[in-house]
Parts: sequence; structure tokens; C-alpha cells
Amino acid sequence: MAKPPANNTATKVSSFVLMIIFVTLALSLIALILAITAFSYGNEVVAGYLLLIGFLGVALSTYVLFQTRRRIMRLKIEIPPINTTVECPKCGTKTVREFQRGDYIFKELGPCQKCNDKMLITAIYREVKEKPGTQSPLR
Amino acid sequence: MLVFPKGELVEFTAIMGSLQSQVAQTDPFGEFSWILNILFYVVFIAFIFYGQRIQMYVMLREVEGSLFKLKYIKDEGRKTAIETIKEIGKPQTDPTARVDRFLEFFTLPPQSLDPAGIVWKLEHILDVRDVRLKDEVKLMAPSADDTQTNNLENTLEVAMTLNFIYKVIRHYYLLGKKTLSLYVIMQIQMILPLIMREAEAYASALKAFAYGQPIGDGAGSLVAAKLMHGHEIRKIPKDNVAATVPMEGRTAYVIKAEGPGGNVGKTGDAVKTVIEENEGKIATVIMIDAAMKLEGEEVGEIAEGVGAVIGGPGVDQFKIEETILKYHIPINGIVVKEDIGDNVAPMRKEIFDAVDKAVERVKQVILERTKEGDKVIIVGVGNTTGIAQ
Repeated sequence: MAKPPANNTATKVSSFVLMIIFVTLALSLIALILAITAFSYGNEVVAGYLLLIGFLGVALSTYVLFQTRRRIMRLKIEIPPINTTVECPKCGTKTVREFQRGDYIFKELGPCQKCNDKMLITAIYREVKEKPGTQSPLR
Repeated sequence: MLVFPKGELVEFTAIMGSLQSQVAQTDPFGEFSWILNILFYVVFIAFIFYGQRIQMYVMLREVEGSLFKLKYIKDEGRKTAIETIKEIGKPQTDPTARVDRFLEFFTLPPQSLDPAGIVWKLEHILDVRDVRLKDEVKLMAPSADDTQTNNLENTLEVAMTLNFIYKVIRHYYLLGKKTLSLYVIMQIQMILPLIMREAEAYASALKAFAYGQPIGDGAGSLVAAKLMHGHEIRKIPKDNVAATVPMEGRTAYVIKAEGPGGNVGKTGDAVKTVIEENEGKIATVIMIDAAMKLEGEEVGEIAEGVGAVIGGPGVDQFKIEETILKYHIPINGIVVKEDIGDNVAPMRKEIFDAVDKAVERVKQVILERTKEGDKVIIVGVGNTTGIAQ
């Protein structure tokens, strides 16, 4: 479930897009080389402009390349870990473990190791860690 | 050589040369600056005439990206449904063709030109649908027990919803591409973020239903389950359970859908049954359900009000309102706030913790709104997958 299938059309990146990215990257690198040449000839203004174009091109093409990679990575259905709390109603012994198929709230399990009473599933939940910066100050 | 109107003969190269030298003195790009100027005008004119078209292609590309994601989610839904059926139901034949047929299943609501009696027509159609879906699931998964059948039915319904979302978005995308109508594309592009959120929520619901994990919508059911646990449980119509629980000196009839399979029950029938059993002598009805939160509100916030807090197509809400009106019974509602994504996804810890607060709020309402010795009905509304009683 977590990994996208290799032959999925949704995960393919267009070769045309890749070509444009790499051509832009190559042109930007040429601009940077020309900037160095212009600088060595003493034409500082032209060198400055070429340097700016070169850096912008490199930044833009790398950004687009990473965005294309991110699109592939986003195509995953993330399943957060689910926890099951098992509790002894008599002595209060509490354990938290990973969810197992067949678990449900108020399911009776085997005997408690401390008091031999039947253990009970009291909670099944997932914990979500909020990404920093996603909380609005307008609360 | 160029011939000007006044008959002057001017050498073209000489003019260009002087122009270039003038430009070179002021422009850092020197002789190439005229190329940049032409380029600028070309881009400017292109944007004047083709701006909207360019914008449209950008929008189409955006919709296309989301459509690929929707296709992936939809395919995963189908795959999960087939795998779960094979795993649990142990069918003799490959269920793939039957699942594919099931994904295209539709339910047509009744005609509303004459709205009188539409609720009963809708209820009948929903009953027929429910029976049909259960029969289909039993045919697909003959070895599944009742709980597993309910969970499988829910899994297939989620896969069906994802398939429907994908098809609708694909329809508008292709229609927009075919007609090149900015307004068709714009409409779908504008609501796409909301649709994607919903689709992602359903994607996480797939595994929850397949494994029988409690979902956010089950908050109301969990409140009722906590109140009735340890007391004698009896079955009431339809697909519901009830328990008589002494609470703060009152008698509480606690109702919820029968778990732990994925089930919402016919709450309207259950409330009606209990009220009629007590000849309408009920001091108050308290309903607890999960409700959509607004952006900015906390997940698990509790709110209180009046009215029948129940979602769905409206049949149960109608029945409850009819019954309480007949016997003049006040109705109170308590809601646990959550996001659309949390509603169908496995239950978040914040919602689970809010359930205990909701139980306390129920007790508070009983103390404030009823007298000692009164009878009250407490209804936990919601899908009870993964929640027993």
C-alpha cells in the first residue's frame, strides 16, 4: 500500500519536461561560464547579468526537478501507526501495543499477568504529530 | 541600400552600425539588446492574445496532476477491497470481476416533484440498497462472519466513493480539454483542493474498514459504548443495541449501533422503539455525534445544543423528530468536533480523549435538565466499526 507500483502512469515523469529541465540547466551553466569569461575580459556589468541569469536558471531548474520528484513521493497513502491500549479492569495494568487485526474496543483478551483477571482493550487510536508552523495563531 | 520617401539613399548597414554603437554605450548587452527588446514585445503581445489560453493550460495541468493522484488512490482502493475479500471471505472464484461491477453500483434517489411522503420512499430505496449490498458482499466473501461482512461492505463503499470521485473529476477535466472552456476548467480547479482532501480521507478509511479500526465518526458510538459497557445489552430494531443504565438517580436507556462491525444502524427506529416502550414517558433525549469542525477550531472540541444531531440522508433525523414531537420530548445534542479527514480515518487520540469529556457532559446535561427518577434516552450516533458494547 505504501509503495506506488513501478508501472503506474501516475508516477511517470514526462521525458519532455525532463528534457526542458536539463536544457535550462545546461544553458544556465553556460551563462555562468560566460560570466567568468566576461569578468576576465573586464566587462563586469555583463558578467554580473550573466551571473544573475545563470544562478536563476540553475535555481529554477533544480526547483522544478525536485518538485517533480516530490510529486512522485506524494503519491503514497500514508498509514499512521495505530495503537491499542490493553488494560486490566481489576488491577489497572496498562500496556500500549501496535494494533493487530481483530482488535476492537471492549474485546476481552487473555488473563492479566498480575491478577489473572481478563484483560480488556480500552482504546484504539492514532497519534497525529502536527507539523510545526501549521497551527494558526488565530485560535 | 534603402530608398526613403523623400528620395534619400541611405546605406542600411551604416544606420544599423550607428544605432548599435549608440545602444552599446548605454546598454550592458550592447549589440544584443534589440533581440531582447523584440523578445519582450513578442512575449507581451503573446500574453495579450493567448494569456487566457496559457492560464487554461496551467489549470489543466494542475487538474491533470491531481487526477493522476486520484487514479492512484482509486486503484489502491480497488486493490485493497479485492485483497481483503480474498483474505477474509476465502471465495472459490476470483472476486475481481464482481468487485469491478460493484464499483459501478448506483442508487437513484426518489423523485421529489411531489415531496409528500418522500422520506418513506427514500427509506425504502436505502433499505433495498442495504440488502442488495449485503447480499453482494456475502456472495463475494462466503466465509466472512457478520462483523467482517459489515466491514467489507464499508470497505467496498469507500472504494466505490473513490471510483466515483475519480470519474467525476476525469469527466470535467476531459470536458474542459475538449471544449477549451475556461469556466468548466476553472470550476473544477477551484474546488479541487477540497475534493483532494476528501479523497485522501477516504483513502485512509480504506485500511480502517478493512482492519475494523474505530474511525472518527464513531465518537458518538464510543460515548454510548462507554456508558453501557458492563450492563445487560439487548438488541433493538434495526441493527442497534440498548442497555438500561442507572445514572445520577435517573434511568438512562443507552442506544448505539451494534458493533464491532462497521454499522450505523437505523437510529430513528431504535429511538422510536424505546420511546414507545416507555409510552412516551421520557424526560429528555440526548444525542451524541461527531460533527465537522470549522478551520481554526480544535479537533475534539465539545459543543452542546438542541436538535437531533445525526447525519446521513435524513431519514433517521426525520423519524426522531416525528417521535419526539408526538410525545413532546425535549432533545439535546452534544457534538465532538473533527475534520473531514478525521471523520473517516482511524480515530485520533484527541477524539478518543474527547469521548471522556463528552461522557461527563452527558451526565451534566442529565443533572441540569432532568429530575431524579426520570427516564432519559442517550443515543450514540455514528459508525461503530471497531467499537463493541
